[in-house]
Amino acid sequence: MEVTKETLLGFYETMVTIRTFEEKAMELFAAGYIPGFVHLYIGEEAVATGVCANLTERDFITSTHRGHGHLIAKGGKIDLMMAELMGKVTGYCKGKGGSMHIADVDLGILGANGIVGAGQPIAAGAAFACKYKKQDNVCVCFFGDGASNRGTFHEALNLASIFKLPVIYVCENNLYGISNCQRDHMNVSDISDRAASYGIPGVSVDGNDVMAVYEAAAEAVKRARKGEGPSMIECKTWRHRGHFEGDPGIYKNAKEQEAWIKKDPIIKLEKKLVEYEYAAEDELNAIKDAAKERIEAAVEFAKNSPDPEPEDVLRDVYAD
Amino acid sequence: MKTMTYVEALRDGMRFEMNKDPNVYLAGEDVGIFGGCFGQTAGLYQEFGPERVIDTPITETAIIGHAVGAAASGLRPIVEIMFIDFTGVCMDEILNQATKMRYMFGGKAKVPMVIRTPCGAGVGAAAQHSQSLEAFFTHIPGIKVVMPSVAADARGLMIAAIRDDNPVMYIEHKGLLGVEGEVPEGDVVVPLGKADIKKEGSDVTIVAWSAMVGKAMNAAASLEKEGISAEVLDPRTLKPLDIDSILSSVAKTGKLVIVHEANKTGGFGGEIAALVADQGFDYLNAPIKRVTAPDSPVPFSPVLEKAYVPGEEKIIAAVKELFA
Ligand SMILES: Cc1ncc(C[n+]2csc(CCOP(=O)(O)OP(=O)(O)O)c2C)c(N)n1
Ligand SMILES: [Mg+2]
Repeated sequence: MEVTKETLLGFYETMVTIRTFEEKAMELFAAGYIPGFVHLYIGEEAVATGVCANLTERDFITSTHRGHGHLIAKGGKIDLMMAELMGKVTGYCKGKGGSMHIADVDLGILGANGIVGAGQPIAAGAAFACKYKKQDNVCVCFFGDGASNRGTFHEALNLASIFKLPVIYVCENNLYGISNCQRDHMNVSDISDRAASYGIPGVSVDGNDVMAVYEAAAEAVKRARKGEGPSMIECKTWRHRGHFEGDPGIYKNAKEQEAWIKKDPIIKLEKKLVEYEYAAEDELNAIKDAAKERIEAAVEFAKNSPDPEPEDVLRDVYAD
Repeated sequence: MKTMTYVEALRDGMRFEMNKDPNVYLAGEDVGIFGGCFGQTAGLYQEFGPERVIDTPITETAIIGHAVGAAASGLRPIVEIMFIDFTGVCMDEILNQATKMRYMFGGKAKVPMVIRTPCGAGVGAAAQHSQSLEAFFTHIPGIKVVMPSVAADARGLMIAAIRDDNPVMYIEHKGLLGVEGEVPEGDVVVPLGKADIKKEGSDVTIVAWSAMVGKAMNAAASLEKEGISAEVLDPRTLKPLDIDSILSSVAKTGKLVIVHEANKTGGFGGEIAALVADQGFDYLNAPIKRVTAPDSPVPFSPVLEKAYVPGEEKIIAAVKELFA
């Protein structure tokens, strides 16, 4: 597949924005600005970036508890995200949801989710709506290796397969569900093998190689848009941080961690950009600096935003 | 007596029974080397090994379902659901399997299992990790529901729950896990279905459970200074409910305020109010009041969460209304 310089630099910018956002969230959580649970996407940026590059605003995604990267890649606004993380009334969910529930329904982002595996049937439903309305938009469902053990996974993929729904199941296999590593929580090594049980295509790709992810997703999205039904893509990757901020990750092998850090998706892409002579180091630094500036502005916005009012508790329970 | 935190106490209860009965085992997500999301099972994996402290995949349906089968076949599982909110995922296994088997089989099966699960708001965990869902379970015939408020009860109720021959929902409050208390050691059980008067008083009965007991105690202390003597009664077990102790207290005070963190409509406070209205109507000289969360999901923002969770000031205001 031909990928232009602009496309690759676009990937780089998105990945760097996600990384910078997450590093900031980490810092703000430690400093007490962000309450609750924060699950960071650091190390997995290539997945959301490569997949969402195939989507438009009319397409849907369902996200997870580790959702910041999905939102940014799908075009989510970082100032509204940052304000939501801090529980401000200007945030995406008016301070009602926080990190685990950020959504932008106008952009087709049907929410991060606090219930592991809950997005799988919801994604089938969004895809059902696309098909029902005879439109060619699609839904992408992001979920983890751990989530692929939920009953929702099996029920949703079966339903999607018999209904031939335009949905792409993207498994972010970071090899762990909290402390439970893949070899202890399932008996297969390629989660994409599970697609065969539903008679749909399943592929495994290097989730730290944004090009590989992009290409696999392009194929699956094309199929879905043409009415050829669902697919599954397994992206093998690694989370650099603990499960949530505050988890020291004692269950991980230090050597394994070290090896995976070396396979950092951003560094991988940087090498490629330099090798192809698409960008020199100072240009890459300029992209990084610009991301930092945008994130700082988002933080300022969030910090200067007001809290919700106590009366807001009872608002938005029902539609009027 | 030994000073322990609530979480140490409930863990010690599990450890005590695991040492006594080889058929008791523990299973759930990240209960092994990770030690539980809030450290509830820390050290048990090292002590009892992987055969008795078992990490499961993310598979609540099978966690509860397997426990039903294992319990019906002679074991005594303790299974953890990481947050009570996730019981939505395995509701059939609780609602139609664990709690129905004995009855449907004409009393010929026993399902001795404990479902341990944290509840409660206050940690910024938002709508899917903060609920108080006890009333879902008290509504199901065939399961017992316990909600300890202090370390001693956490241990004693745990031992009683494991020994009980029925499914027991053991609901631990996230906000209480680190609270210290004096805990009796050895084979000391807090019987299921027995309330405890946490503070005696003569003017009004405050019935509260779980994290609301501490708030009721603080409210009672403030009210004392204003000349109102409040009795704080903790049912400890919601099902079976020690209604006799509640009625005796109301017979003495003539007034009842019920406090729970769960939202109001369909909450267990309504059940207690109905029982007292039915069996203790003549004792009452004022309406029964409920102090609860509003009928909304649990919000994320600390400002909203604070407004959501019933606080001391709301309890004090409800009591004072009865004396106005
Ligand atoms: C139904 C349900 N069970 C358990 C949890 C607690 N939990 C939150 S994230 C997580 C691990 C998820 O693992 P995976 O799907 O691999 O995603 P990752 O965190 O690795 O991105 C668990 C067990 C939950 N939120 N929902
Ligand atoms: Mg994972």
